[in-house]
Amino acid sequence: MSGALVFAASGVVLFGLGLFGFIVHRHLLRRLLAFNIMGSGSFLVLVGLAQDGRGVDPVPHAMVITGIVVAVASTALALVVFRRWYRASGRTDLPEDT
Amino acid sequence: MIGLWSIPLLFALPLALGILTLLVAPAWRVRLSLLGLIPLIVASVAVAAGLVLDGPQVYALGDWDAPLGINLMVDGLAVGMILLTTLVASLCALYAAVYLRDLPASSSFFWPLLWFLWAGMNGIWLAEDIFNLYVGLEVMGLAAVGMVALRATPPALAAAMRYLLAALLGSLAYLLGVALLYANYGTLSMAGLHEVATPQVTTHVALALVILGLLLKTALFPLHAWLPPAHGGALTPVSALLSALVIKASFYILLRFWITLGPEVTPLFTAQLLGALGAGAVFYGGWMAWRQEHLKQLVAYSTVAQIGYLFLFFPLVTGTSPEAARLAWDGTLMMLIAHALAKAALFLSAGNLILAIGSPQISHMVGVSRFRPLSLFSFGLAGVSLMGLPPSGGFTAKWLLLHSAILSGQWWWLVVLLIGGLLSAAYIFKVFRVSFREGPQTDYLATPPRVLDVTAMVLALGAILIGLTAYQPLHWLRLGSPFGAG
Repeated sequence: MSGALVFAASGVVLFGLGLFGFIVHRHLLRRLLAFNIMGSGSFLVLVGLAQDGRGVDPVPHAMVITGIVVAVASTALALVVFRRWYRASGRTDLPEDT
Repeated sequence: MIGLWSIPLLFALPLALGILTLLVAPAWRVRLSLLGLIPLIVASVAVAAGLVLDGPQVYALGDWDAPLGINLMVDGLAVGMILLTTLVASLCALYAAVYLRDLPASSSFFWPLLWFLWAGMNGIWLAEDIFNLYVGLEVMGLAAVGMVALRATPPALAAAMRYLLAALLGSLAYLLGVALLYANYGTLSMAGLHEVATPQVTTHVALALVILGLLLKTALFPLHAWLPPAHGGALTPVSALLSALVIKASFYILLRFWITLGPEVTPLFTAQLLGALGAGAVFYGGWMAWRQEHLKQLVAYSTVAQIGYLFLFFPLVTGTSPEAARLAWDGTLMMLIAHALAKAALFLSAGNLILAIGSPQISHMVGVSRFRPLSLFSFGLAGVSLMGLPPSGGFTAKWLLLHSAILSGQWWWLVVLLIGGLLSAAYIFKVFRVSFREGPQTDYLATPPRVLDVTAMVLALGAILIGLTAYQPLHWLRLGSPFGAG
């Protein structure tokens, strides 16, 4: 197993862990953290797999930087909505009615 | 040449307006936005004229070549979506300018969010590579979540949070699919993938991830749970924008993937599965719409149902004759356009009826036909297109899909079209039955401003007219697609 594949495999494991956390947890902050772990996993796959056998490739790096910006922005928005929701309802999870 | 110069303006303008409207005082945001509509409409028309005169082309942004630069693809489908976006979003903006007058807190953030949403959508329609589609999806998705939260009531915040979680999960699945495709083929460009993609395990896993992510974002049954609270609970112009345009963006990406990878790579089983899920959406959404008590929830569930028709594209185009595939392409795009116009009209006129009676309950609409005939007429015209009665865009779309299903020998999709039409008739007439009943008169019946009725009416008329004049638009939509321009 090459070094690049190790990165990619860890990425997949992280993505799976994050997905698991995203599904089982109800607390919105935990789900948000799980989302960030999933994000890191997919960035690892993106950087790791693309290095395999082709030398250093700048394109995945550019993509991951964009991806990190997107993840930060999404997390910030989610935190704002979560805070407003917590203040309005006093709950840390979503009502499971619908 | 004018068309070529206008291409980058299509998202440079909305982005600039998004930032500018944030910088100016809230009172100026409406005026600046309405002013900004004019150059954007001109640019959209110029790009469309460029397509008709010069044919489809690829535009390298800032003359940088891919993969470092960004390529923009201007073909019939992209231009069609741009014109549709410009039409629907401009009318929704006019509506919002009046509708939000009494809601200063929501209004001040509506305008920047609208422009960011617009920039994201135009970015998606024009993107030529699968990573920029992801960026466009995120820009659009985050703006859409902000718009759902504008009302700032607890239910609206819960709906926004649920929408955000679904959208984030969807985009990560999509991104992982993109990572696998890039690792395997070393290209992000659609044209590049079209050349090199082969049916192998990596491609299929990547395709499955991409499909799953996009289905979640398109809210295809059974992944639709986030849609009714988000679309039904938002402010009326926001509901119209989300239902008419935003969910179409993720479907558009799926459509692009499908025709890029081509029939050799896309598995037949998946196509049939997508069609079956679409059928499930038509039945379940129609049934749930009929059962709703709130007018806007009914319209939101109607969206869940109508999304289902779009997914009949996949079984009708995979492994069928070229003629059947072309009919499926035409029918699906006609369905998409007709639904965008009709659903925007339906949401706006539903908003007008709610303003008039002061209650979202359908049962409170007793006698409204006598006082608000125009609002109800727009609602009815849009309903005609959703039911698929002639002459309307919805009818033309179903007619084309029906032909395609017969030509490809897949008669079972006819059942979906038929029962889906009956279910839509059931929930549209549910509203009419109440509104034509004479009952105890309510003592308060507000008169919404004229602009609100006019914008809803224009959209509803558009949904009817597109059915009468379908031939030429469908011809243009085929430009640059694998279905020929014949």
